[in-house]
Amino acid sequence: MEITISVNGTDNTVDVEPRMLLVDVLRTRLGLTGTHIGCDTTSCGVCTVLLDGTPVKSCTLFAVQADGRAVKTVEGLKQNGDLHPIQAAFKEAHGLQCGYCTPAMMLVGSVLIEENPDPSEDDIRWAISGNLCRCTGYINIVKAIRLAAETVAASS
Amino acid sequence: MTTTQHHHAPITTPEVGGIGHNVRRIEDDRFIQGAGNYLDDIVLPRMLHMVLVRSPLAHATINSIDTSAAEALDGVVAVVTGEMLAGYNLAWMPTLSGDTQAVLATDKVRFQGQEVAAVIATDPYVARDGAELVMVDYEPLDAIVNPMQGLEPDAPIIRDDLEDKADNVAYEWEAGDAGATAEAFATADRVVTIETHYPRSHPSPLETCGVVADVSPVTGQATIYMTSQAPHAHRTVFALVAGLPEHNIRIISPDVGGGFGNKVPVYPGYVVATAASLVLGAPVKWVETRTENLISTGFARDYYMKGELAVTAEGKILGLRVDMVSDQGAFYADAQPTKTRAGLFHIVTGSYDYPAAHVTTKGVYTNKAPGGVAYRCSFRVTEASFLIERLVQNAAYELGMDPAEFRKRNFIQPDQFPYHSPTGFVYDSGDYETALDMAMDMIGYEKLRAEQARARAEGRLMGIGIASFTEVVGAGPSGEYDILGLKMFDSAELRVHPTGKAILKLGVKTQGQGHETTFAQIVAEELGIPATDVKVVHGDTDNTPYGLGTYASRSTPTAGAATSMVSRKLRSKAREIAAHLLEASPEDLEWEVGAFHVRGSPESSVTIQEVAFAAYTNHPPGMEAGLEGVHYYDPPNMTYPFGSYIVVVDLDSGTGEWKVRRMVAVDDCGVRINPMIVDGQIHGGLAEGFAMSNMQWITFDEAGNCIGSNFMDYLVPTAWETPRFELGETVTPSPHHPIGAKGVGESATVGSPAAYVNAVIDALAHIGVRNIDMPVLPDRVWQAIRDHAE
Amino acid sequence: MYPRAFDYVAPETKQEVLDILAERGGEVKVLAGGQSLIPMMKLRFASPGTLVDINRLSGLDSIDIQNGHLRVQALARHSDVVRSDVVAAENDAMASAAPWIADPLVRNLGTLCGSVAHHDPEGDWASVMLACDAEVVAESRDGGERVIPIAGFLVDMFTTSLQPTELVTEVRVPRYRRGGGNYQKLERKIGDYATVGVATHLELDDAGSISNAGIALTSVYAHNLKVTDAEQALVGNAPSVELFAEAARIAAAACDPTSDVRGSAEYKRDVVRVFTERGLTASLAAAQG
Repeated sequence: MEITISVNGTDNTVDVEPRMLLVDVLRTRLGLTGTHIGCDTTSCGVCTVLLDGTPVKSCTLFAVQADGRAVKTVEGLKQNGDLHPIQAAFKEAHGLQCGYCTPAMMLVGSVLIEENPDPSEDDIRWAISGNLCRCTGYINIVKAIRLAAETVAASS
Repeated sequence: MTTTQHHHAPITTPEVGGIGHNVRRIEDDRFIQGAGNYLDDIVLPRMLHMVLVRSPLAHATINSIDTSAAEALDGVVAVVTGEMLAGYNLAWMPTLSGDTQAVLATDKVRFQGQEVAAVIATDPYVARDGAELVMVDYEPLDAIVNPMQGLEPDAPIIRDDLEDKADNVAYEWEAGDAGATAEAFATADRVVTIETHYPRSHPSPLETCGVVADVSPVTGQATIYMTSQAPHAHRTVFALVAGLPEHNIRIISPDVGGGFGNKVPVYPGYVVATAASLVLGAPVKWVETRTENLISTGFARDYYMKGELAVTAEGKILGLRVDMVSDQGAFYADAQPTKTRAGLFHIVTGSYDYPAAHVTTKGVYTNKAPGGVAYRCSFRVTEASFLIERLVQNAAYELGMDPAEFRKRNFIQPDQFPYHSPTGFVYDSGDYETALDMAMDMIGYEKLRAEQARARAEGRLMGIGIASFTEVVGAGPSGEYDILGLKMFDSAELRVHPTGKAILKLGVKTQGQGHETTFAQIVAEELGIPATDVKVVHGDTDNTPYGLGTYASRSTPTAGAATSMVSRKLRSKAREIAAHLLEASPEDLEWEVGAFHVRGSPESSVTIQEVAFAAYTNHPPGMEAGLEGVHYYDPPNMTYPFGSYIVVVDLDSGTGEWKVRRMVAVDDCGVRINPMIVDGQIHGGLAEGFAMSNMQWITFDEAGNCIGSNFMDYLVPTAWETPRFELGETVTPSPHHPIGAKGVGESATVGSPAAYVNAVIDALAHIGVRNIDMPVLPDRVWQAIRDHAE
Repeated sequence: MYPRAFDYVAPETKQEVLDILAERGGEVKVLAGGQSLIPMMKLRFASPGTLVDINRLSGLDSIDIQNGHLRVQALARHSDVVRSDVVAAENDAMASAAPWIADPLVRNLGTLCGSVAHHDPEGDWASVMLACDAEVVAESRDGGERVIPIAGFLVDMFTTSLQPTELVTEVRVPRYRRGGGNYQKLERKIGDYATVGVATHLELDDAGSISNAGIALTSVYAHNLKVTDAEQALVGNAPSVELFAEAARIAAAACDPTSDVRGSAEYKRDVVRVFTERGLTASLAAAQG
């Protein structure tokens, strides 16, 4: 099937089998390898992308379902060539170690702070509870998202 | 969250970023932009995709394998079986413990998930379709699903492939002094006993294991991209297994999405993909699914432990006796030093001073996956620390003493270091009581005990658990430690370029620990070159010096020391060049970070950058040009990080659920190179310790089916369940490490499980509960309450 | 990880969907949120010949009040239920359960109607619906609209009375005047299925006596279990600690859990008792609040 997905603001037309998962199309057809795969059971969340602005697991969505819709991946987080505040905050607060869950965590975090500019620790932990991290114990991920919220608040 | 201040002021400026600075991680720039380069991100021209066919049964004879339907499928290029590999002498391979392991099964399958065949296709979806079409005819055999079963006299022999193998014993090993220990027990007032199973666990890094093997049919050059914590050791193993000349093998371990010990062994998939690439003349990619990762690659723990502590009525420990049976799975594939078959378990004497200990261990083959990796643990130190910390807690209850007080009465004292342990270790340095006092202050121990007394009166359950652990890491001195004969030194190679920017090449390999920053900081400390001017290269065997890799918290103790030493070599040469530039004698120069000046005339100075330029443009006559060196560091001793953790839990007696109210962790890992990164390592370890104590384990049913084969059953906690940790630190430098560092990657995984479990037991100690095996699941707690109800 | 091949259609209108179901119902699976179906397809436990993706239908994602019912349409996501002011105001049991469905990412795609139609005995929504006496509305090309009481809809595990030609268009629960509800869930971590789940719902008359009661259990029977005996024990009585304890005992006796890694049957049965008491207490507080 021929489908067209807007990815990070650019329309991409690809011919795919219906069974192809969105994550595979992003990674192997469009070369956007910042979206990762970590499990087979919709449990880990490292494949998270934004579908029309909403965080979803791209391993549990066929690419054909995204036909005509807008997808945002980690590669689309930068704004006018500058790091998104969530990206800067993850580095500043040591919110990552191996980096494998990081794109997903940042995408979820970026949506949270848009919807809730002043999230509590519980708000943040709840928001990222569909995303596993094996390295950080989540402490610095929570800090990074909080820092990003503060950065955005301070600049607006 | 509290973090106490770092004890030593840095000697470098923040711009230089030497030891003690929270330099933001250099590697993060690529990760936060989605530009990491993990194994599955690698795409080569003409690359094929491999999917493994695995046994659904735990134990069975293979009657036949029919590959015809798979081969007929459009897009399938080849189907590989063990029989075909046998033609290349590749059906079996050596393990890191000197046993053999089937690459693809030829005679029998010996665990559920064992590799039986491989389908190679142009597309991974098609390879998966093909795998479904491979028909294997199995004759089921009885499965042995625990080691006690395996030790029964009439148990079937799992390893009938081994000549003359008449039982299921994989190894037997002991440490310490049986006679002295028996004497200690004879004089004891009390003997406190615990029997517990440290369950099978799995490191399960979020990135699974994988390989892209690219063997050139023209040159014979094998470039093997691999999720490897130890690329050099793996290259040597490949040379031995595949018979390829070692110089024609290049292992590249790209960005690794977590390892925790899982990426130390060589797995059958790596070998099959490489063989297939050799035969097919095209690159072959194999990436595990999560289920494959959990059911077939390196598990950890699975020790049945019986510990006995001999104590006096006054609360002094006299001796320790431990007997263990370990479940090795179908092949003895532990990753650990050759001479110590139960790893470093004999650190089990812990932080306490007593004269006698004796440890016996028997490893048993079962119909389960092989592995026995050190999961965020220095070779069985986790099991050891857990056992002794559970024992001392129970000893305190039996003697009617406070568990903190009991520990303090038995701690090795600061003036006893270097301390010779009864099992043969020489602890380098420590100050255990200070760390425990700090943890007790931070958590408000006395107040909590008072609250607990009130809570019990009200029928509310809360508990306070302590663990005061001592680790042994940094393997290790070459006289004692090797893997497959390869001595466990490690290396660093450093070149400073004419403009003063440096490249540092390491034999170790990060999986998220931040080597690209931390090791640059060591160079910054030693040479005054800003850490951000140092590029760290690792994970490529063609471009780094030989080393044994990153696991067992060994990178800082070994390669960190090598980095210091090679930097100092360069500084010595720099002094000669500086003397030449300043027209002074080298002895008259003084070094202050980043520059030499003539003693007494500080204005007469040259920077390290100027010296570097001169090394290539104006070096002294008769001297070799350049500013470059290599160092292979053979540590004189292991390092012994320690700490005290305290956990407070609240327990729901209705459901048996327990929640961590507070968790305080005071760690002493010697000098901290990058405190921010050290804290991050501790956070991660505390979370994994929580996981093991609370929910994470792999078990099997009676037929040998793996329960825990995916992330719906093998539970990794989310941010919601994970406790909020509060950290403290003390700094007791290692006296023998060039910068006094000890290693920290695993302290928290080693130390914390006992703290969590002790807290739950403490909540129930007053009704007589003394043990609940890990994971301390709600139903087990509920059952323990039932069993001890009045 | 990689599903078997299938045909895919994504109609723009409900009529097209009903036509496809009428013509090839047996080999077709309806794809709404896909958060149960796609994982099963990836593991090759499910291999439908054709997927009919209904996500392109419009006007099917409301959560609102219609004819005395709180209505949740087929494309309303779990996260919509979590965020819904209507749900928060109208039905405590649903509001209480919604945040504990799966995890935040799954909630963004998965649907309540899909969950009920899937009828996994470990699913939370079916218990809530049983406790609240919900109705399932299904449509087919030739049969038009059919309203099915939830107890008749849920037949057995993974089995419902939905015909292959029918599409679930909404699930609805009756409104109540004075009442409250609750969902207690024991899960090992976020995203886990319930080890035990208990949905409770109470309605009070003007005198404060219980006029209507609902109790249903998750993960402790071959299917989600409505405990009618316990409900009847409550109705007509004034709420009390003793009464709730009696209902809890009945619920615990009615369930039939299996022993597994999540716990022994005896344990789960006792948690049913504990949760039923807690749930009824919380429901009463909500009703009186």
